[in-house]
Amino acid sequence: MGLFWEAIKQAFHLLISGDRYVYEVMLMSLRVAGLATAIGMIVGIPIGTWMGFKRFAGWGVAASILNLGLMLPPVVVGLFVFMLLSRQGPLGSLGWLYSVPAMVLAETIIAAPVIAAITMAAVGSIPKDVRLQALGLGASRRQTTWLVLREARVSLLAAIVAGFGAAISEVGAVQMVGGNLSIDGHNQTGTMTTALMALVRQGQYAVAMAFGIILLVLAFVITLLLTRTQQGVRRRWLQS
Amino acid sequence: MKMRANRQISIWVLLVALSVVLALALVAGGCGSGSATTTSQAVTTTQGVTTTSGATTTSGPTDTSTTVAKSDLVLASTTSTQDSGLFDVLIPAFTKAFPQYNVKVVAVGSGEALTLGQNGDADVLLVHSPAAELDFMTKGYGVDRKAVMYNDFIIVGPASDPAKIKGLTSAAEAFKKIAAAKATFYTRGDNSGTNAKELTIWKAAGITPTGAWYVKTGQGMGETLTIADQKAGYTLSDRATYLAKKDSLKLEVLVEGDKALFNQYHVITCKAAKNVQGANDFMNWIVSADVQKNVIGTFGVDKYGRQLFVPNAGQVQ
Repeated sequence: MGLFWEAIKQAFHLLISGDRYVYEVMLMSLRVAGLATAIGMIVGIPIGTWMGFKRFAGWGVAASILNLGLMLPPVVVGLFVFMLLSRQGPLGSLGWLYSVPAMVLAETIIAAPVIAAITMAAVGSIPKDVRLQALGLGASRRQTTWLVLREARVSLLAAIVAGFGAAISEVGAVQMVGGNLSIDGHNQTGTMTTALMALVRQGQYAVAMAFGIILLVLAFVITLLLTRTQQGVRRRWLQS
Repeated sequence: MKMRANRQISIWVLLVALSVVLALALVAGGCGSGSATTTSQAVTTTQGVTTTSGATTTSGPTDTSTTVAKSDLVLASTTSTQDSGLFDVLIPAFTKAFPQYNVKVVAVGSGEALTLGQNGDADVLLVHSPAAELDFMTKGYGVDRKAVMYNDFIIVGPASDPAKIKGLTSAAEAFKKIAAAKATFYTRGDNSGTNAKELTIWKAAGITPTGAWYVKTGQGMGETLTIADQKAGYTLSDRATYLAKKDSLKLEVLVEGDKALFNQYHVITCKAAKNVQGANDFMNWIVSADVQKNVIGTFGVDKYGRQLFVPNAGQVQ
């Protein structure tokens, strides 16, 4: 137990004193996951919305494939991106392997399907009557789409949170394509998750714990905000 | 109403099917095979923790197994030894001779292995960081230390060899040229035996490596070789891991043979060990003439045409 508390104490010291490496790694994690989520939203929300609205022959198969994104093992995505970007691979000439673009690519492929699948479920659960009524009252296609998205906004928020969560907590894929490299003590391609793993292997539990604490606090804060939003909306709905 | 009944039935069917599958998986896993070699290859994780078991206590192929109680033996060793594939041969052989042990191989850098030994998280160590080992023994964390085997380190790099070090006989000279050319060099930087050796060479060359060309991977030898290969950079590797990965690498051996690149492995029993008997059994077994000649001495010959490790127990301190 002593090791545990010792690590936590030293971790807080590192965080409060603003240890440069810790903050570089934290910013890298947030940057990569943030970009991945943003791109995931741009790609995933339109697809999810479209799938939520439309029905066509083969929709069932398409929906299953989209839902596969929720179950997709992220390490398989990592393997796929690694093979894509390796020197022998089709995109090897880009030289992206072991750099930030590679990590963003991997995390986007992990986050986008999650966002799309949950968006599809969210949009699909809004009763069709809402759309029909809006159309009947003279709204345009774009306005009805926007209306439905607003109705489903809490679930959409959950989709984005889920996507971001999947991206920022990914270890294997980011390790494979990022490599957790550093130069002269400055972080190059390490994220909190991959750096944590390497540090534990080297026995540097305090620094690893620092990253663990940041990740936990981040997860807690985001979940808290999401829950409060859900409660806020529910309260307004009940009052209406 | 009929629609709802159908949907309810299909949900039940799904649940029952899922339960049957789970039950089958549990049963299949429990009565598992007694083969040690297959589990050791299948269970290796990224952190390098391999669990191998000899005969199981359920219906295994050998009769004696059913009555043997197994105790855990934690062997902390290096990622280089793991990546070379030696444990896939060594551990099953040991468990065959000593079926009462359930060997857990934890592959980390030598530095971390020594820390595990100090804390009693490992019973016996197989490492290759002599200076750190001597410090470990002086501080009284080890009971006994014996030489086991050696191989050598090599400097590998891209065929294009921008720093022009190919064929040099001095490792320090090669490092000097790499630094002068600012050619990208990947260092493990993880307090491992290989990293310790690399730092002694930089010291001998009189250089403190720093700059955009000196990149730290913080990982094991296998991963570092992959990175150096993909990015066409230089790195220091032990020969065994390099040979084990050769088919997937484009890196070439550029510098070898320097006495400074000699790589000696020792086995150490830990003072704080939980399984003292197991640690001693392992140490005595690995330095025994039979194991030295037939297990370590033959490893790699059929696959690479040469020994990956040269046994030398009793020949050096």
